Amino acid sequence: MTGHENSANGEHLVLENAQLTLDNGSVLKALTLAYRTYGQLNDDRSNAILICHALTGDHHPSGANPLTGRAGWWDNMVGAGKPIDTDKYFVICQNVVGGCAGSTGPSTLRADGTPYGLDFPVITIGDMVRAQNLLLDRLDIPDLFCVIGGSMGGMQVLQWTAAHGDRVFSAIPIATAARHSSQNIAFHEVGRQAILADPDWHGGNYAAEKAEPRKGLAVARMAAHITYLSEAALQRKFGRNLQDRERLSYGFEADFQIESYLRHQGISFVDRFDANSYLYITRAMDYFDLAAEHGGNLANAFTDTSARFCVVSFTSDWLFPTSESIALVRALNAAGANVSFVEIESDKGHDAFLLDEPEMEKTIVGFLGAAAIARGLPAQNHPVTGDAHD
Amino acid sequence: MIDPRANANGNLAENRIDLKLIADLVEPQTRVLDIGCGNGQLMELLVNERGADARGLELSQQGVNACVARGLSVVQGNADTDLSYYPDQGFDTVILSQTLQATQRPKDVLIEMSRIGSRLIVSIPNFGHWKIRLDLALRGRMPETRALSASWYETANIHLCSMLDLIDLCDAVSLRVETCLTVTKGKVSRTSGRPSAWQNLTAELVVLELTR
Repeated sequence: MTGHENSANGEHLVLENAQLTLDNGSVLKALTLAYRTYGQLNDDRSNAILICHALTGDHHPSGANPLTGRAGWWDNMVGAGKPIDTDKYFVICQNVVGGCAGSTGPSTLRADGTPYGLDFPVITIGDMVRAQNLLLDRLDIPDLFCVIGGSMGGMQVLQWTAAHGDRVFSAIPIATAARHSSQNIAFHEVGRQAILADPDWHGGNYAAEKAEPRKGLAVARMAAHITYLSEAALQRKFGRNLQDRERLSYGFEADFQIESYLRHQGISFVDRFDANSYLYITRAMDYFDLAAEHGGNLANAFTDTSARFCVVSFTSDWLFPTSESIALVRALNAAGANVSFVEIESDKGHDAFLLDEPEMEKTIVGFLGAAAIARGLPAQNHPVTGDAHD
Repeated sequence: MIDPRANANGNLAENRIDLKLIADLVEPQTRVLDIGCGNGQLMELLVNERGADARGLELSQQGVNACVARGLSVVQGNADTDLSYYPDQGFDTVILSQTLQATQRPKDVLIEMSRIGSRLIVSIPNFGHWKIRLDLALRGRMPETRALSASWYETANIHLCSMLDLIDLCDAVSLRVETCLTVTKGKVSRTSGRPSAWQNLTAELVVLELTR
């Protein structure tokens, strides 16, 4: 049986005979793709924007998240009258394959009623994008006006242009890279080892044991969260301030605010994320290397796309530093692609792409507006304001 | 405004008459690379009036951000180091407007430009202008003019030259002068081919159209 299901958790495309062939050679047959859409598809079906989410994101970028009750992870960016304007564009966001917000992943129950666990095939960024292609096919959308995303979402954007370039009119990869660096693989490995070392992980079968590797996953999140921030932002926000106390405890309680903050980040993450999904998705990022897939020359990845690119990085992002974006831009130039590149001044580290960054918003409004004109879509409802014009 | 060349060149609006002249030299509907595109004034002219497929390279991040917010295709980069990443003959016309004098290695920049495109348009403030000569002769100090208002220790213009100097350099890198436009007190005169020593004395600003 194949069909669409509506639920409080967005829409679900249920494909019982999907035949999604993965990079590791295996085939996913039973496949559920959880997604959400905003706005109206126009008559030409030419105004669709796909938003690709990051490692721990989901398909609720805008509006309330029905599972947590909190605002979507890109609520400042996506919505009526916002830079990604749902009054003007048909916006789609899909939970990645391997995720745990509704799409098929390691926590999904198989026909026999048991979750995949470690029987789930190792997935790649390419597989995530293949699944998104499948969704577009089912929604009968021939091509995307724009594909946009930050971090792992940016990797999917690049994969879209490299593997399905004929379906992409414009692309906005933000705070990302064409390959996961050695340092980034190292941080992911620390996180995975924290999960694997938790006795409650049970070799991935924690569901059967009615357990959950909460401590391991929390530590993984704590380590990762540090990489999303910057030294300057930590100093500004927390400094060496003490948490709920006047003096040091001479023990191992959370004396410092930063410790308390990280512990909170770890604990609250465990409530919304599956440990095995964390293993699989971090692995997908580690495996991403677009140049390696194209004979070692990154420019070769972009020879088949006519997409216009807007590459965005942030000055204080040390996880996906500007140097990665520059390497990408050079490859795009060498491929003769239409590319813009903006580095945004911010002390908020990698997470800046999720936060209120007026310069990023201006950049995206300007780029999308020009792309819309080139695509023959109506001009932006709200013009660029501020000092962009002299 | 945030044009980085404002510091080097003083008031932009007054001194960028060359932008219109350059735009008029560009064939409609062609691919153009503007090196040192500032906040995108020229690119906007090229896109809107010449229907060009224009790309820009700009050193200052502020300039780049302003361009992209205006919907222009611009990347942050340095003319001295980043032109090598552009493919051979990827553009019809490559423009360098009042930027050559701010590069580290003007000769290499011209060579790279002629590799990237078959047609070059280069504009410079002319250091051979009589007022500048007189200024140096009479005062014995580095000239500061309306177009070159920064003091010698602050200016971004590290490789100033006269129009004849530039033409010598074009000869050295096998670039032929097709058209020479000179500007004096807002008045434009056009010469086919090489300009004269007299023009070198009277022109405040020069725009050269060059081919390989």
